[in-house]
Amino acid sequence: MAQGIKDKVAILGMGCSRFGERWDASPEDLMVEAYNEAMQDAGITRVQLDATWFSTHMEDVGTGRGGIPMSIALRLPNIGVTRVENFCAGGSEAVRAAVYAVASGACDIALALGVEKLKDTGYGGLPVATVGTYIPQWYPAAVAPANFAQLAAAYRVKHGIDKATLKEAISQVSVKSHANGAKNSRAHLRKEITIEQCLKAPTIAEPLGLFDCCGVSDGAAAVIVSRPEIARELGKTDLVSFKALQVAVSNGWEMSSNEWDGSYFHTARIASRKAYEEAGISKPREEISMTEVHDCFSVTEMVTMEDLGLSDEGNAWRDVLEGKFNADGAIPCQIDGGLKCFGHPVGASGIRMLYEMYLQLQGRAGERQLGNVRSGLIHNLGGQPNQNICSVSIVGRLGE
Amino acid sequence: MTIGITGFGAYLPRLRLNRKEVVEANAWFAPQLQRKGKGQRSMSNWDEDAVTLAVAACRNALPESVDRNGIARLQLVSDSLPFAERLNAGVVAGALRLPQAVYANDLCGAQSAAVSAISQLVNAARAAEASILVAASNRRTRAASPAELDYGDGSAAVTLGSDKVLAEVLSTSVLTADFVDRFRLQGEDIDYYWEERWVRDEGIGKLGTRAVSQALDNAGLAPASIDHFIFPTVFKGADAQLAQKCGIAEAAVVDNFAAQVGDTGSAHALLMLNAVLERAQAGQTILVCQFGSGVSCALLRVTEQIDGFKPVKTLAEQLAAGWEENNYTRYLAYKGQLKLERGMRGEQDKKTALSTSWRHHDSLLGFVAGRCTESGNVHFPPSRISYTPGKPAQDTQEPYPLADRKGRILSWSAEYLSSYMAPPHQYGQVDFEGGGRLLMEFTDVRPGDIESGGEVEMVFRIKDVDELRGYKRYFWKAKPTTYPAPGRIERG
Repeated sequence: MAQGIKDKVAILGMGCSRFGERWDASPEDLMVEAYNEAMQDAGITRVQLDATWFSTHMEDVGTGRGGIPMSIALRLPNIGVTRVENFCAGGSEAVRAAVYAVASGACDIALALGVEKLKDTGYGGLPVATVGTYIPQWYPAAVAPANFAQLAAAYRVKHGIDKATLKEAISQVSVKSHANGAKNSRAHLRKEITIEQCLKAPTIAEPLGLFDCCGVSDGAAAVIVSRPEIARELGKTDLVSFKALQVAVSNGWEMSSNEWDGSYFHTARIASRKAYEEAGISKPREEISMTEVHDCFSVTEMVTMEDLGLSDEGNAWRDVLEGKFNADGAIPCQIDGGLKCFGHPVGASGIRMLYEMYLQLQGRAGERQLGNVRSGLIHNLGGQPNQNICSVSIVGRLGE
Repeated sequence: MTIGITGFGAYLPRLRLNRKEVVEANAWFAPQLQRKGKGQRSMSNWDEDAVTLAVAACRNALPESVDRNGIARLQLVSDSLPFAERLNAGVVAGALRLPQAVYANDLCGAQSAAVSAISQLVNAARAAEASILVAASNRRTRAASPAELDYGDGSAAVTLGSDKVLAEVLSTSVLTADFVDRFRLQGEDIDYYWEERWVRDEGIGKLGTRAVSQALDNAGLAPASIDHFIFPTVFKGADAQLAQKCGIAEAAVVDNFAAQVGDTGSAHALLMLNAVLERAQAGQTILVCQFGSGVSCALLRVTEQIDGFKPVKTLAEQLAAGWEENNYTRYLAYKGQLKLERGMRGEQDKKTALSTSWRHHDSLLGFVAGRCTESGNVHFPPSRISYTPGKPAQDTQEPYPLADRKGRILSWSAEYLSSYMAPPHQYGQVDFEGGGRLLMEFTDVRPGDIESGGEVEMVFRIKDVDELRGYKRYFWKAKPTTYPAPGRIERG
């Protein structure tokens, strides 16, 4: 195996805008909001940036294509701005590019920024994306909730779980995230909910109801990275570093062959195994302090716990009901509210997950600060269960 | 050489509109229609049109034992073809994977066109050309019109040739006359018709008797020898009156399905013929006639081969499998008579790249996958490199048709989010017998009809309509082979 990224790159600073229905803010405003905080946190000026990566998914309702929109919004000093688009995993991909750039020595300081302006479509939910000229001629015009809802249908069959039990388990996923999100002043949805509310909510895609679906939000997040020696030269202590950055992408096996059973993420199993190896983690259930997973839908989070090895196969629903992933559970998940409540500005989400890890590892998470956070796992997913991009990153304190 | 019908098949959409709901909804405006508020009429699903109806009838007429490569001609007859330019029969030929050397034609203009086409195809059979004749109807009607209650949607097909003839064509006759009982100008979507009494007395009564006599004379048969007399008409009793005038026994008059289906326009004579052939006995004579810009007739005699043929799905079983539709507004919406608010999600551009369609035409119309000759793995769409884990073989796939294979549902959902004409929009992953997997749309389904592990079959339907440019694209969808018993449907 390659050397890996462990402890080669540290975070200099981070920023995250308030997420939500930001009627007040353009995508450019959101970028500035995240950028200002990150630059202030890093204590650098723009001339110190060597290169930048820019993540945005829906160019048609957001910023437009290419790297120019960010260069103009932030008035960058004519440095490289590369647009990264990898569905909802784009944020993590921008981070990976920036981290690799500084790790290689080609750059000393790099910025990754993600933004999405989803609330300029005129309706709730995600806009309909274009998929080329061939796919629309045979593939159903499927929407995200129904793509992910199929996990539930397959999971029920595989593990012999009745509809009501599974629905209660996935409801608990959302109840937990709402309880966490209520404590986060930058989160989109800040109301606690009950299981009963989940069960009674209108159906979006059987068996997913309104509360099984994450918020569709406007927002931006940014991270500035460098090598640890440069960070120290800049006066930084208490550094948070990258331990693993892995990405696995479907190659059509799940959607075409008859082997995958539809109840799990093939890519998440590959990416997490590689990430643990890269980070030198052999017992994830003991060594991972907390997770931020891609809870686009409640059922996604539940089955992902098995794919990450944090629940036994066929047992995540029980772990969820027993509170294993609650704020006071063994491995807290979405302590910031997750996609469900912090919100999901697509291109920014992966960086938002990193933001929470960074705050928690530095003890700066305020009201929602967890005790004894040593390492955190970020799972950022793009696409849908039968064809997706899965990014698994692990961060922790430098040298630990 | 015996020439005649070698196979047959019909198709009825599953939906049957309850006429009572129609007349009650319109009673404030058209109280005179109340007396017509009995029984049901068949209605197409939102994703059906004359082309998909035709494909369905042909597939029922072509059991696996029939070699489609032996079909030299395809005639598609319809009063409601979707395309004025683009060969509709070409779409049907593509979906059936008929050889590219097939002579495919659209026939329209007269309700009698399907019956008069029999004569041409008999001539083709004499020249050793086997053919398939299909007629389909999916007419639009104005709200609160008698036509809305009288018409039905459906299709029927017969194959003709000289091998294993089930019903020999003894004679044909035609009487071409510009007798305008109905008309529809190019670009109009609803037909206009003249007074019933005039049509019945001057048209059917006079032209009909002459054409029938001619057919009988051509074959040298007496009217009393006719066992089944097929004469579609929406005028109650006009068929029996014509039979009486011609000297044909009243008992020979074939039921025209007015009670359960309605009149399927240019498909109706062949539809009634299908019903007769499903129960006919060797030696019986059948006189098929249809009125429209004159009259066309074909006189048939059933052979001993009749017991050796069964359509893939019989008309009788389809008649029994209807679903009563009590939402009149659904009918209006599907027939383009009621504009529903589709929401912003309905604004998505459905432009079709025609060059892409052609590049993949066999996969899209014929539903052909690629099967890797090394691993046996099935790929849709076909690709140069196979997905087989660890063995990505290149350029090893051969064409592998999926249309006639059954599938099982691996996973599914039913969503209320997208703009869809039959909510909830249901789709899921389908695993095919013999390999291959696709995410497919389910059609002809209600909430509760889909369950993991359920068996599905493939049907050719409209995939999307591009309203901006006026184009339709077609693809295959999955339909359950069985449905939960009424009352056992779990909602939501």
